[in-house]
Amino acid sequence: MEGIVYLYVFVLAAFVGYEVISRVPVILHTPLMSGSNFIHGVVLIGAMVVMGHADPDSPLELAIGFIAVLLGAANAAGGYVVTERMLAMFKSGKKGGE
Amino acid sequence: MKWIIDLAYVGVAIVFILGLKAMSSPVTARKGIVWAGWAMIVATLVTLFWPGMQNFAWMILAIVIGGSLAWVSGKRVAMTDMPQMVAIYNGMGGGAAAAIAALEFARGEVHGTMVTILAVLGALIGSVAFSGSCVAFAKLQGIMKKAFRLPAQNQVNMALAAVTGILGLAIITAEHPGMFAIALFFLLALALGAIVTAPIGGADMPVVISLLNAFTGLAVGFEGYVLGNPALVVAGIVVGASGTLLTQLMAKAMNRPIKNVIFAPISGEAVEGEAIEGTMREIGALDAAASMRYASKVIIVPGYGMAVAGAQHKVWEMSQLLEEAGVEVVFAIHPVAGRMPGHMNVLLAEAGVPYDKIFDLDEINADFAQADVALIIGANDVVNPVARTDKSSPIYGMPILNADMAHNVIVVKRGKGSGYSGIENALFYKENCRMFYGSAQKAIGEVIQHVKEMEG
Repeated sequence: MEGIVYLYVFVLAAFVGYEVISRVPVILHTPLMSGSNFIHGVVLIGAMVVMGHADPDSPLELAIGFIAVLLGAANAAGGYVVTERMLAMFKSGKKGGE
Repeated sequence: MKWIIDLAYVGVAIVFILGLKAMSSPVTARKGIVWAGWAMIVATLVTLFWPGMQNFAWMILAIVIGGSLAWVSGKRVAMTDMPQMVAIYNGMGGGAAAAIAALEFARGEVHGTMVTILAVLGALIGSVAFSGSCVAFAKLQGIMKKAFRLPAQNQVNMALAAVTGILGLAIITAEHPGMFAIALFFLLALALGAIVTAPIGGADMPVVISLLNAFTGLAVGFEGYVLGNPALVVAGIVVGASGTLLTQLMAKAMNRPIKNVIFAPISGEAVEGEAIEGTMREIGALDAAASMRYASKVIIVPGYGMAVAGAQHKVWEMSQLLEEAGVEVVFAIHPVAGRMPGHMNVLLAEAGVPYDKIFDLDEINADFAQADVALIIGANDVVNPVARTDKSSPIYGMPILNADMAHNVIVVKRGKGSGYSGIENALFYKENCRMFYGSAQKAIGEVIQHVKEMEG
């Protein structure tokens, strides 16, 4: 894709990110930070694509790719579990309170 | 085949944004993360069908190892330790982005000025996020106890940043950058993240973690451009922007501009505030119970100490008892109580405290003057009045809860030590303040006993 199109994507995505969070109550800041931490775990698919195109006969390329995928998967899985646990608490907290 | 994958990525990006939006309200928050979770699974599965992919055995092994280790550790960790887990998972995302850049360089697949610039920037930011987050994790986890500070910290930071930047420029302008230069660049970037984060004190950690989270988002977005993968670009940049805003909100709540957090860290030894006069006075469980039982309004200020002691359930039990006796009990939460904004709300929600009893700083500060008792449990710096009065104090100007305005202040505290920032608390020496020494769990348990006896 053309570089300039990506520039538009960057700008629009930045506005979306700004808008999405600006209406969040303070009590959800930590879960939201954790949630956005999970979202950038999508780096996993980028890592998969580069590893998938690494030279199978090059141990160096394979090793770097392996690390990239491993770290990406950990980011996604860990980010999900932690966020889900925090938000699950809000649900039960609400029930208990009302 | 490729167009199905591209279309799936568009859907994934949309669901991520909707998920984040859903997470901005307590009612829909849980749905938001579940949607985003499914989107992540879909994204991962369709990527397996990307044309011309190989090395599947190793790839799946890496996903299984990384995913299951993180899944199990995330499930097992205590609620109080959540912030450092966010830090470490975030660091891994940054590391993954940096590794993607490294592999693209190793394969010689980085062509064109724009691609090279963003690959280098992503590598730099990702590496800094990785090593910085590891240091943040080590600090919050208590592995690294002392603030590590070089003699001329800021100059060293600047010099290291300059050298890394120049090397990055050299890689961008070079026709065929050498492997050695690239490896050195990654090493310098990793060192930079660690050295910048190392001297930052615990109180500033939430801001740093949030900043590093935004960094990882940017790094992911930049590497997405390098790979020509719009899903990475959108998700990464959305996180980068929202993370930056969140960091500003936090920094504002602490009255610590981001540049001060990084260039003028609070550390215990550097503190030389005004000497505080007066003595601390103790109070026992019975007197504490009586003063709250016969009060008309009690404001509870919970801090990290309460969370560590796991006393939030006891505290809520005590509040319910007091309410049955006709006392109005509310909770006042400082924006940075706990380890991150909202962390304390999560912990209280875990104990079953309803939202409408929890107030933030702006909502409650005027009420302290009408409160009979302000009960401070394991909080310290966020109620230290020197933030209002002592210009020489490092926390001067930080918004605090005006607990000292209450008629009586009871401080439940484990020992006589100072707070997380290492600053003496002038509140503890005030006329209307009583110290109730003991672990929060045990102290509140005793108060509950006495309150029950008073009913009997």
